[in-house]
Amino acid sequence: MVEILGALILLSVVAAIVAVLTPNILHSVISLGAVGFLLAIIFIFLSAPDIAIVQIGVEVISLVILVRATIGRQAQSSETPGHLVTKVAGVALVGVIAVFGIRMFSEFPKFGIAVMDRFVDAPSATYLRDGLADTGAPNIVTAVLLDFRAYDTLGEAVVLFCAVLGALTVLRRKARVETEKSEDEPI
Amino acid sequence: MSTTDRDPGMGMIVKTVARWLKGFILLYGIYIVLNGHITPGGGFAGGVIIACAFVMLTLAGGDQHGLQFFPQRAASSLDSIGLLIFLVVGWLGTWWASGMFFENFIATPSDARFELFSAGTIPISNIGLGLKVASSLFLVFTVLAALRLTAHDDKEAEKR
Repeated sequence: MVEILGALILLSVVAAIVAVLTPNILHSVISLGAVGFLLAIIFIFLSAPDIAIVQIGVEVISLVILVRATIGRQAQSSETPGHLVTKVAGVALVGVIAVFGIRMFSEFPKFGIAVMDRFVDAPSATYLRDGLADTGAPNIVTAVLLDFRAYDTLGEAVVLFCAVLGALTVLRRKARVETEKSEDEPI
Repeated sequence: MSTTDRDPGMGMIVKTVARWLKGFILLYGIYIVLNGHITPGGGFAGGVIIACAFVMLTLAGGDQHGLQFFPQRAASSLDSIGLLIFLVVGWLGTWWASGMFFENFIATPSDARFELFSAGTIPISNIGLGLKVASSLFLVFTVLAALRLTAHDDKEAEKR
């Protein structure tokens, strides 16, 4: 189980590195898609089908948008010759993050051990114990999302609404075409 | 110059397969939205799948094909309506029931569990979220496809 997870995570890390290093922008987008789908498989192995469904759907849509936006467009490589100081500073920063990350992850509970279950009054234990009786929803994920923590979901929906509003305002086509016409007409 | 001249979509095989598949994908998305409180899934996942059906139609049949089934005005109205359904469900909890925001004010009797019409306000919120997510993701996709065309227009304008 842990070996399969490790192999999947290793594959997704390799795909991420390929996405960064490849010069072709379409190859890079496809490697990003590989990372996303590997993440969906990892969620299924962690028995989280709710998140896996969302991950697959969002991955498909974002991949389609990215491929459609990048296809037939020349990649503009932004390679700047690195200065020695920046290189040394980057390596040092990565080293510091690695040291603190290893320390932090060694303090975490071991994989598959639910720490919060030991406390009787912890929210997760309460949700698992009383979720079906309180909400009547057998799917505890939906019960938490739309009943116990519905306020969070409301904020999420409002964020999505604002994002779409912003995208429609900035990128709408009709107004742009009309302004171009009105600019063209006097000439 | 209209966009249909420029983007006629893909071949006949792809168009036919997309025409046959769109009903099944829509059915699967609606199933996931309506059964969100029983089986894995919910408003967000089902909405993404419903948006995928229209994205597939747009990709297969050209820019205007998806908009024929789901016009931009309808999508933006459904976007707002979905969010309003969700807000009204939360507000009814404070107004009607004991006074908590998002109070689950429709009680579920214990013999009605695991049924489609159960779990109180959760299916209503799921339907609202599904409408919202489906229409907003389709709108984002349409707008980004239009961005590609306007970039193309800019290049042509530069050539002229």
